Amino acid sequence: MTGLTDPASAAPAILPLGLEGLVFAAGGKTLIKGITATLSAGSRSIVLGPNGAGKTLLLRLCHGLIRPTGGRIVWKGAAGADPALRQAMVFQRPVMLRRSVAANVDYALRLRDLARADRQQRIEDVLTATGLRRFATQPARLLSVGEQQKLALARAWALRPDVLFLDEPTASLDPAATRAVEEIILRIDAGGTKIIMSTHDLAQARRLANEVLFLHRGRLCEQTPAPVFFTAPRTAEAGYFLEGKLFPQLRRINP
Amino acid sequence: MSDLADAFAAAAMLIWSLDQDLVGIVLLSLRVTLTAMAIAAVIGLPLGGALAVFRFPGRSAILITINALMGLPPVVVGLIVYLVLSRAGPLGALGLLFTPAAMILAQAVLITPIIAALSCQTISGLWEEYREQLQSFAARRGDALATLLWEGRIALLTALLAGFGRASAEVGAVMIVGGNIDHVTRVMTTTIALETSKGNLSLALGLGIILISLAMGVAGGTYALKLAAERQRSA
Ligand SMILES: Nc1ncnc2c1ncn2[C@@H]1O[C@H](COP(=O)(O)OP(=O)(O)OP(=O)(O)O)[C@@H](O)[C@H]1O
Ligand SMILES: [Mg+2]
Repeated sequence: MTGLTDPASAAPAILPLGLEGLVFAAGGKTLIKGITATLSAGSRSIVLGPNGAGKTLLLRLCHGLIRPTGGRIVWKGAAGADPALRQAMVFQRPVMLRRSVAANVDYALRLRDLARADRQQRIEDVLTATGLRRFATQPARLLSVGEQQKLALARAWALRPDVLFLDEPTASLDPAATRAVEEIILRIDAGGTKIIMSTHDLAQARRLANEVLFLHRGRLCEQTPAPVFFTAPRTAEAGYFLEGKLFPQLRRINP
Repeated sequence: MSDLADAFAAAAMLIWSLDQDLVGIVLLSLRVTLTAMAIAAVIGLPLGGALAVFRFPGRSAILITINALMGLPPVVVGLIVYLVLSRAGPLGALGLLFTPAAMILAQAVLITPIIAALSCQTISGLWEEYREQLQSFAARRGDALATLLWEGRIALLTALLAGFGRASAEVGAVMIVGGNIDHVTRVMTTTIALETSKGNLSLALGLGIILISLAMGVAGGTYALKLAAERQRSA
């Protein structure tokens, strides 16, 4: 398993990630409403919030897939390195290339100009660690949804990113597959990769979070250490969410 | 009635006996059209893909032009290529007029827009699906284009077949730039036109039967590719 640990042995991580008054507007609506936060290495950050809160948008903004219409994203440790090459993302519905399982991992690695022997070693490592080795030569699109999600994780893991974004990676998985994916996420975390993951599954957030960023209608209501968040959330919005209630439409309790 | 029956029998006989004239004409036709298709593919596939993936000034103008050219009558393409290749034309010095090379050029011009337009459509759909994943891998646009051309290979083969079908069916362009010279530039469609007007129905019919078979083959191939693409998508 030598290939799986120590993502940033060569250079210090691009973290911390600074969000400075991040705004995203589209279709005449402001969907991300001025988010300011700092995300540091060494903890698993869970982006929590109800459907439509802006979790996916926030992750896509952070990962550079869409441009903010206001504010800035700063990789404070990048020091001239291209941050795009030091991060990866697992999507809610990952896109599998029309080639074998192993070739899917290889594709991502080749784009980073890695030598063949290194690529082979990493493919072997991540496929073994995700339990996909026996599928290595099969077409990736023939895998089940859960297996595809594992392959998406393996593909991202092989890149040994400083930061891994995950957008509801278990949303369409059964409980067993969900636990398997969570375990892989914990192992990636143990290897030194910063985890930034969205979910609206409270139980999952409890299992994985070191800190919670709670989003509600495009606003970051709070960024709170997990033990505090789950016992005494600071905002009413989060309180309602934890109790499984809808936030009242007319009353604005917290600014 | 019996004239027609005789003609059919004679046509069948020509095919069955692999009549030398007929075989020569068929082989020349295939050579011209396949070469034209290869040239059109080399230009049209990357062009269509680039139009799908890149945004640049003049892109819309190119797209409109390609779509307009798609509907151009073959005789007009023939006329344009004729003017370019004629003595006084810009490429007149090459002396290509009334050679198979001229016919290849004309058919390539005829079908490049079709292949480009169809591949633009295919690659656009794929780009929509793959875009953020490829962006996440930090793939450069050029890498992304190459990837999508490979990912869409089955659908793109359909585009090539469409081009082949159109080229093998046209008369006007090859007639004008090839001149329909016996044993040199006479292909299936031009021979049918000429022989029918001369009343020599058996050769015309024989070639007609072969053209119909080719068209059936193209349609069958397209259908098989469509099935394969669907299987790949659902898989
Ligand atoms: N390009 C866009 N144009 C207009 N509205 C958009 C666009 N993208 C997202 N939205 C809207 O922004 C809001 C937030 O979307 P987002 O996908 O980030 O929510 P989410 O928190 O991920 O929700 P879910 O839990 O359902 O995945 C939604 O109301 C969505 O309809
Ligand atoms: Mg979402």
